Amino acid sequence: MSDISAEQVRHLANLARIDLSDAEIATMTTELGQIMEAVASVQAVATPDVPATSHPIPLKNVYRPDVVADVIPTDKALASAPEHDGSRFKVSAILGEEQ
Amino acid sequence: MSDLIHKTAAQLAEMLAAGTTTSVEITQAHLDRIAAVDGDLNAFLHVNAAVSLEAAKASDARRAAGAPLSPLDGVPIAIKDVLVTTDMPSTSGSKILEGWMSPYDATVVTKVREAGLVPLGKTNMDEFAMGSSTEHSAYGPTRNPWDLDRIPGGSGGGSAAAVAAFEAPLALGSDTGGSIRQPAHITGTVGVKPTYGGVSRYGAIALASSFDQIGPVTRTVMDSALLHDVIKGHDVHDSTSLKDEWPSFAEAAKNANVKGLKIGVIEQLDGEGFQPGVLARFHESLELLKANGAEIVNVSLPSLEHAVAAYYLILPAEASSNLAKFDSVRFGLRVQPEGGGTVEQVMSATREAGFGAEVKRRIILGTYALSAGYYDAYYGSAQKVRTLVQRDFADAFSKVDVLASPTAPTTAWKLGEQLDDPVAMWRGDIATIPANMAGIPGISVPAGLADEDGLPVGIQFLAPAREDARLYNVGAALETLLEQKWGHTLLSQAPELKGGAL
Repeated sequence: MSDISAEQVRHLANLARIDLSDAEIATMTTELGQIMEAVASVQAVATPDVPATSHPIPLKNVYRPDVVADVIPTDKALASAPEHDGSRFKVSAILGEEQ
Repeated sequence: MSDLIHKTAAQLAEMLAAGTTTSVEITQAHLDRIAAVDGDLNAFLHVNAAVSLEAAKASDARRAAGAPLSPLDGVPIAIKDVLVTTDMPSTSGSKILEGWMSPYDATVVTKVREAGLVPLGKTNMDEFAMGSSTEHSAYGPTRNPWDLDRIPGGSGGGSAAAVAAFEAPLALGSDTGGSIRQPAHITGTVGVKPTYGGVSRYGAIALASSFDQIGPVTRTVMDSALLHDVIKGHDVHDSTSLKDEWPSFAEAAKNANVKGLKIGVIEQLDGEGFQPGVLARFHESLELLKANGAEIVNVSLPSLEHAVAAYYLILPAEASSNLAKFDSVRFGLRVQPEGGGTVEQVMSATREAGFGAEVKRRIILGTYALSAGYYDAYYGSAQKVRTLVQRDFADAFSKVDVLASPTAPTTAWKLGEQLDDPVAMWRGDIATIPANMAGIPGISVPAGLADEDGLPVGIQFLAPAREDARLYNVGAALETLLEQKWGHTLLSQAPELKGGAL
């Protein structure tokens, strides 16, 4: 369980889109091992007969009428964007050169 | 008029109604207090006196015209920075949102504005509410008004310190695993985590959506009830919000009668691992309730042993998903890697620069718990523990009306003392986490000072889902009994803040 490798943490960081430094990966590899040891006890009591709960107070079929509600206007939505062209968010290239 | 800051919200409401003061006077008194002492505390991340005074003037005009919006019209309130606001920046304690202005108000903010309350500013917090000490804020820690070398609790240390230091009579907080109740315990104030869905989460920057709940942070039980009455209720913008008709919580606090009330003491949260002074005040409070007609019985909730472990799997899993929205595209920080890069590289560089260590730790942990091959073993198992915790509560509440425990195992620790051991700090949430696992409401009420260090101790009461009113009844009863016994409020024993200590 706790045998988490630096390579694994590097992979997780890539999945989570965080460009961790080598030092951070080293620290986090140790910490993640300790944390997983501390939380592993959940597996002992989670026997197959126990159903999972995802939501504290389950609600079903939360619908509302299909009408336009109070929508945030485009200019307001764009006002705090890092970059925009007046009607859309601007981002850098989606594809790298090798793609 | 500096004495205005020592009044409760209920007293200020009465004075406003009687015309003996104005909202401008009250607001100015609190702004002056913030200016005098917040340099030492760092409870506020943002204050704009002109905006607050403008709102206060509008309130006074409404009252002069005989049309106040609510009894609390004109009373100031501090707002935890996790809640988005259109006229103040909202950062959730993170650099990734530095200076960000929301295009809309959180529903609870809309509700307090519609009730005429005057926002004073945004309060400090652990980054994205991840922490129990407010030391994980990207904007520096908040300090405890009882001892500036100690933590104010967290994540809502800013809101708790603000009300404890008389910078605000009321504040809003958010409670994911105790972030309202534990700071209340640590600072000698009152904090309430409502039933899940009882208060809208729309506009609260999400940490773990199945645990998060917004609630009041105040100095008295009645003030929490009054604020809860303002913010409660269904919201079309939050599909998890309940359509229940809620009773008046102020009426419940007025009732304050424990005769015949059955109180269950949670065996698993009474003994080992708890500081002696915390347990002493806890049992003293129970004795007092018993002497006034409550029946005290012991109950066992065996699954609580695994609740912290399960919480620290579910929370990072939900957080890693919720925090994916900080992608450098729509809002907040954007960092260009050297020599430019694709949108994914920009995203990774932005998140590396914008998130603090605890946030990265939990995102990576959550990504791990949700990844293929580990999902069933970790996330799946944790969700089963959640079922077991809920069953334990259901069983306990078939025997008693409310449950009681100390709010947290220890009093305030020194700044920096637990930063190197995240798992140790997480264990401090053992008494508060179960309520979030089960969606039930909880309150922390001041119970006195620990003998060994003279620092505040809180007692926690829990009620079945939708029975928040029971908490105000028992909380107000205990508060009255303790203050009669002491002859003063607990906060009157806090050292005087003069400002300029740091």
